[in-house]
Amino acid sequence: MKSQGQDTWHEDSVSLTATPLGKLFAPIFNFIIDTATVAELEARKLHHDPTELLTRAVQPALWLLIFGEVLSQIRAIPTGKISYMDFMTPGILAQSVLFIAIFSGIAVIWERDLGILHKMLASPAPRAALISGKALSAGERGLSQAAIVYLLALCLAVDIKWSLPAIVGVVFVVILGSALFSTFSLIVSCLVRTRERFMGVGQLLTMPFFFASNAIYPISIMPRWLQAISRVNPLTYEVDALRGLMVIGGVSVYGIPVDVGVLLASTAVLVIIASRLYPRVVV
Amino acid sequence: MSSLKIELVNPPRTGVETVLETKALTKRFGTLTAVDQLNISVRSGEMFGLVGPNGAGKTTVIKMLTTLMASTSGEAWVAGYDVAHQASQVRRTIGYVPQSLSADGSLTGRENLLIFAKLYHIPRRDREGRIRDALSFMGLTDVADKMVREYSGGMIRRLEIAQSMLHRPRVFFLDEPTVGLDPIARRAVWEHIRRFRANYGTTILLTTHYMEEADELCNRVAIMHLGKIAAIGTPAQLKASVGDGATLDDVFVHYSGYEIELGGNYHEVSRTRHVARRLG
Repeated sequence: MKSQGQDTWHEDSVSLTATPLGKLFAPIFNFIIDTATVAELEARKLHHDPTELLTRAVQPALWLLIFGEVLSQIRAIPTGKISYMDFMTPGILAQSVLFIAIFSGIAVIWERDLGILHKMLASPAPRAALISGKALSAGERGLSQAAIVYLLALCLAVDIKWSLPAIVGVVFVVILGSALFSTFSLIVSCLVRTRERFMGVGQLLTMPFFFASNAIYPISIMPRWLQAISRVNPLTYEVDALRGLMVIGGVSVYGIPVDVGVLLASTAVLVIIASRLYPRVVV
Repeated sequence: MSSLKIELVNPPRTGVETVLETKALTKRFGTLTAVDQLNISVRSGEMFGLVGPNGAGKTTVIKMLTTLMASTSGEAWVAGYDVAHQASQVRRTIGYVPQSLSADGSLTGRENLLIFAKLYHIPRRDREGRIRDALSFMGLTDVADKMVREYSGGMIRRLEIAQSMLHRPRVFFLDEPTVGLDPIARRAVWEHIRRFRANYGTTILLTTHYMEEADELCNRVAIMHLGKIAAIGTPAQLKASVGDGATLDDVFVHYSGYEIELGGNYHEVSRTRHVARRLG
C-alpha cells in the first residue's frame, strides 16, 4: 500500500466540481459517466460470452426465409411500391430487437436473487443511471440483431439503402428501440419479481406488441380496434422509422421526426417509472 | 497470505467519535415488527457485531443503514449523515458486502473491481493503483484475470470485500461474511477482515449467526432477538454476564431462547442454501 494519511483514506467523494461551471454540469456529467459504466459492465459480460447473440440469429432467419418467402408468393398484402420482402425486413429487424430486449429484464431478477443489485443500489450512482446503463447495453444486443438482419437481407436481395446516413439512422433507431423495450422489461421484472412469472408474462406481452403493429402488414388492413391499439404501440413507430430509413422506396407514414420523438418520449417516461420501482426490488 | 507485507499506515483510532448511531429505529412489515426500537451507537474504528438467529432482524438493520430500505420510524446516522434524508452522501461514505453473492461471475476479478472503481468515481490516475492494492491486500493478485465463476467461495468473498473498499469507506457493512464457507476459507476471510481494519481503522459493522465469528472479530457485540437487542457488550462482558466458563454460544442460547426455533422459514432457508451452494 502506498503511504497515505488518515484523511486521504477516508475521502467521501471525488470532486469534479472545482469550477462554478463544473458545479452546474456535474450532475449531468456524472449521470453520463455512471450510465456508461453500467453499460460497460454489461458489454464486458457480453464479450466474455457472446453465444447468446448467435443463437438469437435463428429467429429472424426463420421469419425472413420462411414466412417472408411464402407471403411474397401470394401477394395478398398491400405494400405500396415495394415488394413484400422489402416491406417486411425492417419489421423483422424491429421484431428481433423487441424479442431480445423484452427478456433482458429477467437478468435483474437474477441479480436480485444474488446480491449484485443490492451492491449497485448501495453505490452512489443515481438509480436512473443504473437503468439507462442497462437500456444502453440492450442497444448493443439490438445492434447485433441488426447486423444479422442486414446480412440476411443481403442474401435475400432486399433493396437495402447502403448510404451512411441511412445506416446511422437505423443504428440510432435500433438502440432507441432496444432501450425502450428493455426498460419496459425491467419494469415488468420489478413488478412480477420471480423468474417463473416473468417468463409467463414476457411471452404474453411479446406477441401483442408484435402483431398489433405494422411489422409484417400495414395498419390500414387491420380492423378499426386493432388500428387503435397499433397507434399507441411504440413498436409501430420503431418499424415506421426503420422502414423509412432502411429500404429503397420505403416510406415512413408518420415521418421520422415523429417516430423518433415518440420513441424518445416513451423511453424517458419508462426510465422514470423504472427508477421509482427499481429500489423496491431489493426490499 | 503470509507473503503479504503490509505496513500499518493507519492505526485504528478507537473510541474517538460516534460514526454510526440509531435512535428507536423500527421496521414493520405488515403486522410483523422486524426491527423494534433499535438503539445502537458505534464508535470510530470499532468492529461491531450484530448477532442473532435467522429472522432476528439483522439484515433488515443493515438494509436500512445502507439506504436500501426505508425505516418505518426512528432515525439513523452514518458518518454524520441522516440515512433517510442524505441517502446519497451515506452511499458515498459506506462500503457494503451483501450476504448473497455480489461479485459478477461472468467477469474477471479485475473487471469487477474496475467497474466499481468507476461507479465510485475514483479518478483515472488512481484507479489502477487502488485496484492493484486491493487485489494484493485481499490475496487475489494471482487470480485477478481469471473469471470469477472459477473462484472458490472464500476468494469470491475476498473479492467482494476488495470491491467495496476501493473508495475507502468510512463505515463498512458486512452481512454474514462467512456464510456457506468451509472452516479454512472462513479463517482466511477473518484474517483479511482483521487486517483490513487494523490497517485502515475503518469502522465495521458485521452481522453473523456464528458466535465464534463474533468472538474472533468484534470489540462489541449486540445479540438481537425478535428485532430487539437482548444483550450488548464486549464478548468478555457478555460471557461474564451468563456465568463462569460460559462461551459466547451459551450467551447466545441464554439471550435468544434457542429451544424455541424461531425464524428460518422456507424462503430464508432456500436463500441461505442457495448462497452456500454458489459460494461453496
